[in-house]
Formats: sequence, C-alpha cells, structure tokens
Amino acid sequence: MSYVAQRLLTFPLILLGVSILVFVAIRLVPGDAITAMLGTEAGLLTPAQREALSVYFGIDQPIWAQYLRWLTGLFQGDLGISSIYGKPVFTVILERFPLTLQLSLMSMVIALSVGVPLGVLAASRNERPSDLVVRVLAMLGQSTPNFVVGILIIYVLSVFFGFVPAMGTFTPLFVDPLASIGQLIFPAITLGFAFAASVTRISRSAMLDVLSDDYVRTARSKGATPMSVIWHHALPNALIPVVTLSGVEFGYLLGGAVIVEQIFALPGLGRLVLDAITQRDYALVQGTVLFIAFNFLVVNLLVDLTYVALDPRIRIGRR
Amino acid sequence: MNQFSPKTLLAGLAVATALTSVAAALPAQAAELRMAWSQDATGLDPHKQTAFSSLRLLELIYEPLVRMDAELNVVPAIASSWEFSDDAKTLTFSLDPNAKFSDGTAVTSADVKASFERLLDEATSAAARSNFLSIESIDTPDDATVVFNLSTADVPILVAMATINAAVLPASEIEAGTIGTETVGSGPFVLESWEPNSREVLSANEHWAGGELAIDGITISVLPDEMAILASLRAGQTDFALLNDPLVATLVPMEAGLELNRVGVLNYNVLQLNPSRPPMDNLKVRQAMSCAIDRQEIIDAALAGEGKVTGPLTMPAFAQDPANLFCYEQDLDKAKELMAEAGVDGFSATVIAATGEPPVAASEAQVLQAQLAEIGVDLEIEMMELNVYVDAWLAGDFDMAVAQNGGRPDPYPMYNRYFTNEGNLAHVSNFPDDELDSLMKQGQAETDPAKRVEIFQAFESRLAEQSPWLWLSTGYSYTAQRESVSGFTPSPTGTLFGLVNVSVE
Repeated sequence: MSYVAQRLLTFPLILLGVSILVFVAIRLVPGDAITAMLGTEAGLLTPAQREALSVYFGIDQPIWAQYLRWLTGLFQGDLGISSIYGKPVFTVILERFPLTLQLSLMSMVIALSVGVPLGVLAASRNERPSDLVVRVLAMLGQSTPNFVVGILIIYVLSVFFGFVPAMGTFTPLFVDPLASIGQLIFPAITLGFAFAASVTRISRSAMLDVLSDDYVRTARSKGATPMSVIWHHALPNALIPVVTLSGVEFGYLLGGAVIVEQIFALPGLGRLVLDAITQRDYALVQGTVLFIAFNFLVVNLLVDLTYVALDPRIRIGRR
Repeated sequence: MNQFSPKTLLAGLAVATALTSVAAALPAQAAELRMAWSQDATGLDPHKQTAFSSLRLLELIYEPLVRMDAELNVVPAIASSWEFSDDAKTLTFSLDPNAKFSDGTAVTSADVKASFERLLDEATSAAARSNFLSIESIDTPDDATVVFNLSTADVPILVAMATINAAVLPASEIEAGTIGTETVGSGPFVLESWEPNSREVLSANEHWAGGELAIDGITISVLPDEMAILASLRAGQTDFALLNDPLVATLVPMEAGLELNRVGVLNYNVLQLNPSRPPMDNLKVRQAMSCAIDRQEIIDAALAGEGKVTGPLTMPAFAQDPANLFCYEQDLDKAKELMAEAGVDGFSATVIAATGEPPVAASEAQVLQAQLAEIGVDLEIEMMELNVYVDAWLAGDFDMAVAQNGGRPDPYPMYNRYFTNEGNLAHVSNFPDDELDSLMKQGQAETDPAKRVEIFQAFESRLAEQSPWLWLSTGYSYTAQRESVSGFTPSPTGTLFGLVNVSVE
C-alpha cells in the first residue's frame, strides 16, 4: 500500500479521537448555552422554561446520545446548525475560511521571502556584524508577542498616517483583489514577523551545517563561485528544516490567528472558535475544531511529500 | 463603493450651493452613521435576549409600550397615555394611533395582548417573565386600548414594561413563529442584515411614528479590541462607538476631533458575601468588612477614578447620600473592634471574579484583597471565564463574589429577585430577612411616589447596615464620537435610542 494511502487511512481515526475529545471537553466546562445567552438572568427561569431552552439547544439528552446524534449527522455530511448564526456549521466555516487561508498564505510568503534570504546572508557572513544584526533582529521577532506588534502597527498607522486597515468585515480576493490584499497586509505582517524570525534562525543554522559539508568544499574546490555554492549547491539541502518549520507553522495559522483577528477585527476561523466557545455554541466548536484538525493533517502530509521533491534520497514509506 | 451614487452628487451640489449662497437654509443632509462596538448582539428575540448589546440593538428596531427618557421618567412609546386605577390593580394604556410596524400595518391592542401572552408563556423561556407575574388577564375593549388586570397592586410593573424585553411584536409574526428570525418592529430602524460577530446594517424605518430621522441608516461593525475602535475613530473609519473599558474611554478626550459622552449608569459594582457560610453568617464580621474597605480608594486604584461611591440604590430619584449609610467612611478601628466582638481572629476565603466582565473585575478584587488583609481577612482571588463564573454564581457556590449587577430605574424590580423571601435569586443572595421582605412588598403596592421613596430608603439603610453584600460604586457608560456627529443624548439605562436625534455632517 502506498505511503499516501496509509496516511489517509489514519485520518478518520485521528479525527474521531479529536471529535470525542472536543465533544467531552466543551461539555465538561461549567456553563452551557443557556447561561451563555442569559448570563445571571438565567437564574430567573422557571424549571419549565429551562427545559424548553434545553430542548431548543439540543442539550436535554445525555451526552452519549448527543454524540451519537452528532456523529450520525457527520456521516451524512451534516455538522449541525450553529445556534449563534442560525445556519449550518459547514456554511459558516466556509464563509470564514477564505480569510484565514489568504492570511496564512500571505504571512508565509512574507516569512519565507524575508526569512530565507536573511538566514542565508547571516550564515554566509558567520560571526560578522551583519550576521549579528540579523540574529538580534530574529531574537527580537521571536520574542515579541504578536499582540504587541499588531497594536503598535494600528497605533502608528492611525496616529501618524490617519489610516487603519478596513475592520469588521472582509473583502474576498476575487471580489476586489487590491482591497483584499490591502486589508490583510498589516495583519499578515504582524503574523509574518515572528514567523520570519523563526525562518531566519532555522535557515541560518541549517545553512551553516550544510556549508561545512564535504560536497560544498568539493564544489568550491571545483571553482564554483561563492554565489553559486550558496544558492545552487547548499540552499536546496538547507531548505529541508525550513520546510518542516513552515509546514507546522502554516498548519497552526490555518487554525486561525485568534489574537491578530481580534485586534484587526477580522472575521476568520480563530475568532469563530473563540466566539463559539464563549457563547457555548457546541455544534460550531465541534465542527470548526474538526475542520482545523483535518487541515492540519493534510498540511503535514503535504510537507512529507515536499521532502521527497527536495531531496531525492528520501524515500518515505519503504523500509 | 467605487461609483458616485446620486446622493454623493447631490451632496456635492449642496456643498456648491452652500459655498455660493451662504444664507440658503440647507435641509439636514441625510447620511449613514458608521458605528462600532466590541461585543455583538447574541440574538434577535426581544423577549428572550438579556445581553447588553442585544438590548441596545433591539431598542432601535422594536418598541415597548413606554420607555425611559434620559432622566429616567416613563415617557410614551407605542402607548400615548396610561393610567393606574386607585388600587393599583388595573393599568390601562391608550395606544398611539400612528404607531405602525415596519411592514406598514398598524400596531393594535391585539398585538399588545399577543406579545404579553407570548412573554408570559413558559414555552417562550423569557427571563423577563418574572417581572410580569402579577398580570392576571389582558382586555382589549377596542383597537387602541389595552387593559392589564393585575392580581396584586403592582406599581413597578410600569417601569418593567419600559424595557425592550416587553417589546410589542406583530401578532401575525408571533403566530407564524418567526420572532427571532424575522425582525418586524415599530421602532426607528429596520434591520437589513446581520452577520453575527461581524456587522449589522440598519436603515431608517419610514413607518416609524416618532418622526423623521436625520440619518439614512446605521452600520454597526464589531471590533473586539477597544484600542482598535479608538484607532478606527481617529482614522475616520468610525463615526460613533460604544466603549466598555473605562481605561480606553479616558483616552478619548485627549484626541483632537473626538468627543466622549459619559453618563452615570444604574449598574453597580459590589462585593457579594455569602451570609450562609461562616464566618460571614455573623453580622459583626460582615459589618467589620464593610468598615474595613475604602470605597473611594477602590474607585481610584481599580477604576482609574471612573466611578462614584454608591449604596444599594443607584437611581437618583431614590438614592440617599451614601454618607448616611452604615460605615461608608473607612473605619479600621471600628472594623477591628467588630471582629473582636465577633470572636473571629481573621479568616481565609475565596473570592470569585469574571475575567473581563466587567473589565475592572480583577483589579477590584486585588484592591479589596489588600484592604481586607488589614483586618486579618485573607482573600484568595479566583478568576473565571464568564460562563464558569455565572454557573458558580447562580448555584450560590462561592464565599464572596466580585460582581457587576444590573440596575433598574425602580428599586423593586432591581432587588425583589434577591431580597424577598420568594425571590428567584434568593439562593444566590442567601439572606432571608423579614424586614427587607416586608419593605419590598410595601414598596410594590404603594402608589404615592413620596412614600415609595421613604420605604425604599429604609430598605437601603437596612441593607447597608446588615451588609449581606458590600456595595461599592457605580460607573459610567461611554460612547465616543467624531465631531461630525451631533445630537446624541446618552442615558443611564445604557440605551442608544438617543441615536434617533443624531445627524452626521
């Protein structure tokens, strides 16, 4: 059986585990959809009123019965109805996903196009001033929380330029590409900042490793130019850890960037889950977490496949 | 919006006209108000919603029979006049003949009757039902008259009717079961669209009986971070915003071109003790705690000075000077003396507080912790997510709780749930007291306003002296606006109904 098929077969098992975990966890937390909707006023309800609301929110059954009902729906492609949105969960997720996907891609493009060249530069000038500057910047980038970066960006833009990126709603890429990219560029920089710092550090150290390898010395001795040695001979091998890092990081980003979405008021997946949890919209929490877990699995699989493309010596799945 | 709309062209023409003939009187230029808030509405059923933002949104779409004005007087809404019988057991309303729902149909007594019957039906699950239990039957002698027959004298029911939880809905929509999904109201605006946690679009309701609006509509954006709201106001992307966090609000006046509206609200910050648990079951211990705290210091240290010391009653018409209440000046000697008399040599307790609700909860708890340490009370602060907190609070499962509780324009609906013997939340306050119970009942039945004030002040003094809870302060409600916005009047109830008088330059 091919490697890909094997991996795909484990998906349902992992997702089943995730779904059970989320299902139980969200119900173990005190408070339910009724207290989320009414707050302390929920105390004014009579038992009959409470019962009517439990039926409405579908929380009147025992937990295993609720799970079975949900699972049956899942096999029929039905993730349930969100109580906040009054729409099918899957529809709500699909409305939010384009923003998260675009934001993740933009952050990754920023991170890679800044991080890789800086890392390579630092490695090729090991221990010289430019290397030190890059390393300090990278440390700074990794250690600054992104809410600080985000708030700073908004503050600087609004105070010195009288401008803030559009907030509240999202203009999809296909509706107005310029407006869409313009809206997400600052959040993407915020996310890309720390991401680029990690990429810089990892590509620097990978590059240093590779540069001391025998084959690089061979290439040099055969008269390859320094440029050619770095970009042509060394970089492809140094990229493998960068791909691993970017893959994992991209997988995280696809789960939504809660804090950055909160600051820039972007309706993405991160805020969707957060709102769903605070408002105890169980169906929405379950559906969204499952969707995020699925994306993460797919991204990881793609990363593994990229290794093969980058390094022909790697043959995964064959013992 | 890349194209010039006819309206922009008209506006351009208007500017040109104004430039050429300054004397020409211009009609108010209709425009759209761009508004922002950090927490979105959670639903659209006016009878069922209790969340702050939901009420603020629904007040723009629906109308009750009567509403409260900015001075907390009951004023006409759908009803143009009303009258209690002498025994306060019958309440008769005459409806405004011009009142219409947004689909153009007239609001009749049948709609009022159907609405209150829905509210009282347990299947509706309206928390506000508990305020209307005295309604025995509703008569509709003609289309414009509604008579409420009450089982007991109930004066405060009129104030309870002045909230959007008692909104009048079309009988046809109630029958169709579309309340909460369709929004056909008689209020100043119509809800065009709602994307939860993202945006609401409202347009002026041409059928509104309250008169012409100076704006075409309102777009409400949900910007969860209040610093971002401030930035958005500063950048001119938002005209008007609701702010919760006093620390953000205090920054507004420092910005050129922005104005802050601030009004004292009826909500109160309180340290709820649990008098069913020792040693708080001991009156002297509770009194000692009341004497040990410095309420003004809590306001200064935890609320950035944004608040006023208050007793149990927060509405100006009933409140007495807090200086008259038991131990409202910090008195550590007396506090220590009371602890000694109680025979309690310090104790440990846990105080629960909700994260971010209100935004100052954590810092309040910390100041209280420091102050009570002076008399040997060792407080452990437990911060909880709001729902977790609500769950513990409703179960009465706490030693002490830092809370911000809702106020009402009348003391009866505000406190009958806690301090009458059959109150719905008597198990949360855990303080059955016959004197408080009897004062509440007298206040409910009394029709003479001056006597009601007297009764409720006695109630207030008794509460402060018994100290089941330690009332601390009331805060403010804040809205911020750009200078281009004018005409908004804030209200102690927090309502944004004042937006009906707003115009945007």
